[in-house]
Amino acid sequence: MQTLIAVFRKEVLDNVRDRRTLASALIMGPLFGPLLFAFVINLSIERSLDDAERVIELPVIGQDNAPNLLRYLESRNIEITDGPADRDAALDAVGTGVHDVVLVIPVDFAEQFADSMPAKVELVTDQANSQADREARRIRSALHAYSQELASIRLTARGVSPLALRPLNIDEVDVSTPSGRSAILLGMMSYFFIFALLMGGMYLAIDTTAGERERGSLEPLLALPVTRNQLLLGKIAATCVFMALSLALSLGSFFIALKFMPLDELGMTPNFGPLTVVAAFLILAPFILLGAAIMTLVASFTKSYREAQTWLSVVLLAPTLPILIVSILTLRPRLEFMFVPSLSQHLLLIDMVKNEPLDPLYVAISVTSTLLFGAILTWICARLYRREGLLG
Amino acid sequence: MIRVEDIHKSFGAVHAVRGVSFDAPDGKITGLLGPNGAGKSTTLRVLYTVLRPDEGRASIDGADVVTQSLEARRRIGALPHGAGLYPQLTARENIAYYARLCGLDAGSIDARVESIIHLLEIGDFADRRTKGFSQGQRTKVAIARSLVHDPQNIILDEPSNGLDVMATRSLRELILKLKEAGRCVLFSSHVMQEVAALCDDICIISHGQVAIDDSADGIRERTGCDDLEDAFVRAIRMVEPA
Repeated sequence: MQTLIAVFRKEVLDNVRDRRTLASALIMGPLFGPLLFAFVINLSIERSLDDAERVIELPVIGQDNAPNLLRYLESRNIEITDGPADRDAALDAVGTGVHDVVLVIPVDFAEQFADSMPAKVELVTDQANSQADREARRIRSALHAYSQELASIRLTARGVSPLALRPLNIDEVDVSTPSGRSAILLGMMSYFFIFALLMGGMYLAIDTTAGERERGSLEPLLALPVTRNQLLLGKIAATCVFMALSLALSLGSFFIALKFMPLDELGMTPNFGPLTVVAAFLILAPFILLGAAIMTLVASFTKSYREAQTWLSVVLLAPTLPILIVSILTLRPRLEFMFVPSLSQHLLLIDMVKNEPLDPLYVAISVTSTLLFGAILTWICARLYRREGLLG
Repeated sequence: MIRVEDIHKSFGAVHAVRGVSFDAPDGKITGLLGPNGAGKSTTLRVLYTVLRPDEGRASIDGADVVTQSLEARRRIGALPHGAGLYPQLTARENIAYYARLCGLDAGSIDARVESIIHLLEIGDFADRRTKGFSQGQRTKVAIARSLVHDPQNIILDEPSNGLDVMATRSLRELILKLKEAGRCVLFSSHVMQEVAALCDDICIISHGQVAIDDSADGIRERTGCDDLEDAFVRAIRMVEPA
């Protein structure tokens, strides 16, 4: 035990003094996720907010042919400007991106309109351009609304109820709660936490294995009167502490970041108070041992610091895999998912954010199975550490 | 007291050590001499228990290096070839770490580390981080670290590699001090002069086998060469490659 503590203390001290390890544990993992997340959310909120209110410019060719239509469009925050000379010029202008959308009103519009025939207008747009597509959608819906309005007027004039145009009355009832809606956006945050957790211990895991070998400090260490198990467990313990620290910091920074996100404007109120932060830490904590063991294991296999870095970045991504599969297939939490590390933590976290009660059985399975996986990997690590090949 | 009896070690198809035997008694300096790739390092690695011999046995003060490896390690201070330090720790912290790992009790660690720093005359840079140390400084700290638990047997693998004249000289003085204190010192080298100047016993290894195991004078006599370098070359040729 004394040896284990000595190894643990040395690894912590050694790595606290190493700027790279410290930066990845205390800054990269914990801050990168929430900051990126805050950025993405703020951007999407701003976009969705100003889309409906923003005045868009619409170059129109043949403005004299449909003055009423243009007046209607102006009432919907669409500003009419002079278009290119003719239709060909319009196609060109949209194709090269000079304009996003151009409305072409042919000369015979008025005539067709007067005859109650479908009067043709052309909306020139580039659907490959997403900004243009959003504008086109607003203009299209304005044109549809105008068309509907006229249809009603025409039917009324002929003594037919305009309701004949609405055989169905579609009414959607949304049962989602504000916390439930937030889970869509916050679904990816569980991965940020796992990422931060792994990131926090990554350099330490490399340093204690591949790094130690590359530096030539492993061989004298193994020649000391201590068992290799003690050395390895001390190293894994130190890695765990860095991972726990990184996880705690990232939960804390996320908690603070959420306060600055105008999520209520998107109709979301995530359940992410101080109590949830603590509960989230406890739910994710079993993953620490697993993460430390798997990183140490992979790093022990590698020949050099660089190679270890390469392989460990794969390990950083691995926990996303089950989360991704379940998200794509939109599967609901099931008992058997709780046996899968990273997936079970993800599903439990989402339920928590949605403010749904956690099933104690689910939590128990998640904790036990993740700890078990961690213990098995630690054991494999210890076996590997006893090989002669460890020295490379 | 180190005893090596007919050890063999292969790495894949390479038969690196083919039946090496020798004794390194207490109060004597034993030199393991041989060209690069002769099997010196492999033999020493078996002795400080990071490799297991395929055949044969070796013991440190009677403790078998395979079956009682922990006990054997307790009696050894080892300096592997190219041993590295922890760059973020000071020299003193590097030494104290080994003291703790060796189970020295917390109260005596500081005093022990201080005395070993004094013995190796590294007080001037003991409290600097070892990042950026010269090769000589690094070797001294690495030796200090391996002696911190006051082992009876000291194994040094090419300790003078990369050292300048002054550093080599103080290393030689240290080895003589250890001998006077009755320790068993075993070190390897590929420089005949260095070994001859220091060792009571020289074990010349070539192609994984012992060519000659004798004193410097004994080797001169048996090879019929007055010049040590000639004697070394002749001894090496006594062993046929596998």
